[in-house]
Amino acid sequence: MLLVTGLGLGALYFLLAAGLSLTYGLMRVLNFAHGVFLTVGAYTAWTVATHVSGNEWVRFGLALGGSLLVGAVVAAAVELTLIRPLYRRHVEQVLVTVGLALALTALTQGAFGADPRPYPSPGWMDQVTLLGGATVPNSRLAAIAAAGLVLAALAVFLRFTRWGTIVRAGVENRQMVSALGIDVQRAFTLVFALGGVAAALGGALAASYFGNIDPQRGGEVLIFAFIVVVIGGLGSVSGAAVAAGLVGVMQQFANYYFGVWWGFSAAGDLAVVALLAIVLLVRPQGLAGTAPA
Amino acid sequence: MTALLTVGDLHVRFGQSHVLQGVSFEVPEGGVTALLGRNGAGKTTTLKAILGLVQRAGKIELGGADVSSEATHRIVRRGVGYVPEDREVFSELTVAENLRLAVRDPEPRYQLVHDLFPELGRRAGQRAGTLSGGQQQMLAIGRALLNQNRILLIDEPTKGLAPKVVGEVVEVLEQAARTTTMLLVEQNLAVARRLAATAVVLDQGRVAFAGTIEALLEEPTLARRYLGVHG
Repeated sequence: MLLVTGLGLGALYFLLAAGLSLTYGLMRVLNFAHGVFLTVGAYTAWTVATHVSGNEWVRFGLALGGSLLVGAVVAAAVELTLIRPLYRRHVEQVLVTVGLALALTALTQGAFGADPRPYPSPGWMDQVTLLGGATVPNSRLAAIAAAGLVLAALAVFLRFTRWGTIVRAGVENRQMVSALGIDVQRAFTLVFALGGVAAALGGALAASYFGNIDPQRGGEVLIFAFIVVVIGGLGSVSGAAVAAGLVGVMQQFANYYFGVWWGFSAAGDLAVVALLAIVLLVRPQGLAGTAPA
Repeated sequence: MTALLTVGDLHVRFGQSHVLQGVSFEVPEGGVTALLGRNGAGKTTTLKAILGLVQRAGKIELGGADVSSEATHRIVRRGVGYVPEDREVFSELTVAENLRLAVRDPEPRYQLVHDLFPELGRRAGQRAGTLSGGQQQMLAIGRALLNQNRILLIDEPTKGLAPKVVGEVVEVLEQAARTTTMLLVEQNLAVARRLAATAVVLDQGRVAFAGTIEALLEEPTLARRYLGVHG
């Protein structure tokens, strides 16, 4: 149960970390507003789910589809209007993305209220499945399945499509990609939009996972997603997947054994920071990153 | 002879360092123009500045069109092939992926590239980062030859290669030069002499000589002062 719950949490981290990792790998942009895409996804899903009537799965599907679309559009718009004019100006990028995260979180609070709102998931999501003698909430299984699908889809995209090859080449040497006559900035927008889609999916699934939506959730998950990206290796999606699983499981186990038994409530967070410190000391480039020449 | 490429009053600064200080020269259509000079004279920076890979001021005209303010990919799409110093192949991509990425023309010249470098065909599925230096250079040149370019900018293609491989590379460049104009940065004067008819010599970010290779080599003081060649 702990293992699957941890993997479920890791799946949410991965959905946020995948986009962050590609964005940094290709564009060298540390997007502190990436968590907002998760929030946008969650609130879009909630808005659709609470305003559409009918079969709960149709409602869920529409909510999911709407959140992915809005996530892609918002992410592409952020790249085109705020990030693109600031390429290679890293300090300004940090300031703008931090400011955007604060502004959009405040905007969400203004529009929907600061308190969490219950999320109307399909009944199956709130039920449990018996797995190897353990009862596992279905929302965890859904998050894991979604993260697995996103990982597979990204792997196919990166390995077998021209734009995927451009992204892989750009992560290595984007100047040379331009020198081959390729408009690398279009790849930037595409990667941002894909990251927005994955994060919005994470937002919609996090709503089912936690049973509610919360304006602060994007920021909370983002911190762990950044840690996942660093542990996995900047620019590596597969590294982010492994690191997300590790971080989620370790957090759950530490929370259970040190938190529930010994009353140490921040044990999970502390364990994750300890893991980050160990990886940075032993393998600074991350699990799947390449050491600088 | 008409100029295919015109570089006018080109300036590049890296922080406090004024690397190119008003470089002006022309590359005539057809044949090879060698860009020569000692280490640090600004040769590589000149090629990068032509492509817009570094911040620069000045005028760049390609086939009469002003491309000074165009993005790199747009300049390249006008028919510019680039073989950078140190090859810069994508090490995580396979040889085939490296070549595919470079394709711009509707009918890329895979046959030509594989005829010139049969090794690339045999190693199509191999990661480029695992190739030898000579094979990486073949891949870098192959990428530039896939498209029918108007001009090739080639930066030290023989640098660090074994003498046998140097011979192969020079033969390929000789063949390519029959159909495409070339601006060639080369430290190996024998190679430059074999390939190029005209030369531009840079010294400390300025043009010190522009003319025929023969005129340059007939003037021992020039060659000694700007290229470090004796005798």
